[in-house]
Amino acid sequence: MTMKAMSSKEVTQKIFNKQELFILDVRNESDFKDWKIEGENFEYLNIPYFELLDGVEEILGKIPANKEVLVVCAKEGSSVMVADMLSDAGLNVSYLKGGMKAWSEHLEPVKVGDLKDGGELYQFVRIGKGCLSYMVVSNGEAALIDATRMTDVYLEFANKIGAKITHVIDTHLHADHISGGRRIAEKTGAAYWLPPKDATEVTFSYQPLEDGNDVEIGSVKINIHALYSPGHTIGSTSFIVDEKYLLSGDILFIDSIGRPDLAGLAQDWVGDLRESLYKRYRELSEELIVLPAHFMIIEELNDDGIVSEKLGTLFTKNHGLNIEDENEFRKLVTENLPPQPNAYQEIRKTNMGKINPDEEKQREMEIGPNRCAVR
Amino acid sequence: MENIKANVILNAKGLACPTPIVKTKRAMKDLEAGLVLEVQATDKGSKADMKAWAESTGHQYLGTLEEGQVLKHYLRKSSQDETLEKKHPLVITNDELEAKLEANEKIVVLDVRETAEYVFNHIPKAISIPLGELDDRIRQLNKEEEIYVVCRTGSRSDLAAQRLAEKGFTNVVNVVPGMSKWSGKTTGI
Repeated sequence: MTMKAMSSKEVTQKIFNKQELFILDVRNESDFKDWKIEGENFEYLNIPYFELLDGVEEILGKIPANKEVLVVCAKEGSSVMVADMLSDAGLNVSYLKGGMKAWSEHLEPVKVGDLKDGGELYQFVRIGKGCLSYMVVSNGEAALIDATRMTDVYLEFANKIGAKITHVIDTHLHADHISGGRRIAEKTGAAYWLPPKDATEVTFSYQPLEDGNDVEIGSVKINIHALYSPGHTIGSTSFIVDEKYLLSGDILFIDSIGRPDLAGLAQDWVGDLRESLYKRYRELSEELIVLPAHFMIIEELNDDGIVSEKLGTLFTKNHGLNIEDENEFRKLVTENLPPQPNAYQEIRKTNMGKINPDEEKQREMEIGPNRCAVR
Repeated sequence: MENIKANVILNAKGLACPTPIVKTKRAMKDLEAGLVLEVQATDKGSKADMKAWAESTGHQYLGTLEEGQVLKHYLRKSSQDETLEKKHPLVITNDELEAKLEANEKIVVLDVRETAEYVFNHIPKAISIPLGELDDRIRQLNKEEEIYVVCRTGSRSDLAAQRLAEKGFTNVVNVVPGMSKWSGKTTGI
């Protein structure tokens, strides 16, 4: 029967629409266990491609006839081989174009909402890795927050909507993915803002982002107000956009909170993290819509694919915001932490400008899920 | 660094997944049991896959060396040597040998596995003489010393111990089962 390529974009739409999909993942078991395509109505079968070299007869019975089937591997090659064998055996199957490599890099722009006087706010969902970046647009100008290294996606998007990127901001020095902020700033001539406490070791010049700073874009001023909120890193800064949205960086997520250990200082930063979440955030309006820099599980996506929630709702529902006892809180964020993200030390150094790995190496450093949170 | 000897070298450089494994599978099929294959690849993902493939097929994955952009994977074709009957009368268990090593007894550990097996994981200070080279290198050993012969499962070491006995070594002991179950100290690259 037939075999066709399915793009990461098509898979993303299936996740957003909660459609069914049967994924035959032919990577080795440890890679599959570590990181896979997540969808609420997705079913999985993991059989490494090297066990199928002699044929697929043995697994035919395990593949449902009434479901759409997608074969997935690391870089496409093995999935094409297996999909081809399955189609020879009479099945209609697809393979994931570009494999998990492409999946890790796919960005899906979603409009979060309108700002005053024609402004708009977009969330870029990096669905495979759970990274979220943002573009605030107003009257032909745009600010970009927590950009990934797939810089062309933002540049093309800004171009398409007719906006010029004038400000590029990182809420903190990222440890789980390589920032595209500096490169975009270089290409567009935009100002590149970083919290100075996270930037003590960077090798390039930047605009220091301090508590209380206001970044304004467009002729109708959209206000991006910086709020110092340390804990995930010592410099972590949140933003309040248009007095309506709280961009919480890696401090507060929908179903979890930031982990304080990725710069190696968990014990020192627990107090900061608690202060940010239990005091500084408490002083804000509960009506603010929280937009984090990550999601960890697919259930954190709303029905429209957007990752967001009202701050007031998180105060009641997010476990990490409801731990009265300080010692218990300390335990949660310093003990039994999930494994650290792949190559996080090298990623930090890259984001400081200390090392300049080539694209292939950067891709490899970022492989796998992000692990910036504790639940 | 020790020189790793492979019986067959497979060039899979520049090839993307699944080709390195497909070629490895083919090369392994033609290889004699117990021999070592070196696969040279540039696909970074080949390391985890080689290991997982070897485990699922019963071959031994010995280790991988990185030389610049090239990954050199070492695999040994599975052999049925575990089932062979052991004939050398003097045997010692892994635990007993470990106790002797812990007590710093003046003994010699002779590892008769292939060099590729040895370099990635062996008992500290063990001497490496693969079974196939034993006759030529027997002069490196001293008949006065207590020699404990080790391999992966106790079979090759049994053959080596018999051979040494034939040559007049009286103080030779076979270690059973050997490195496959060794829980004591090891070293390797």
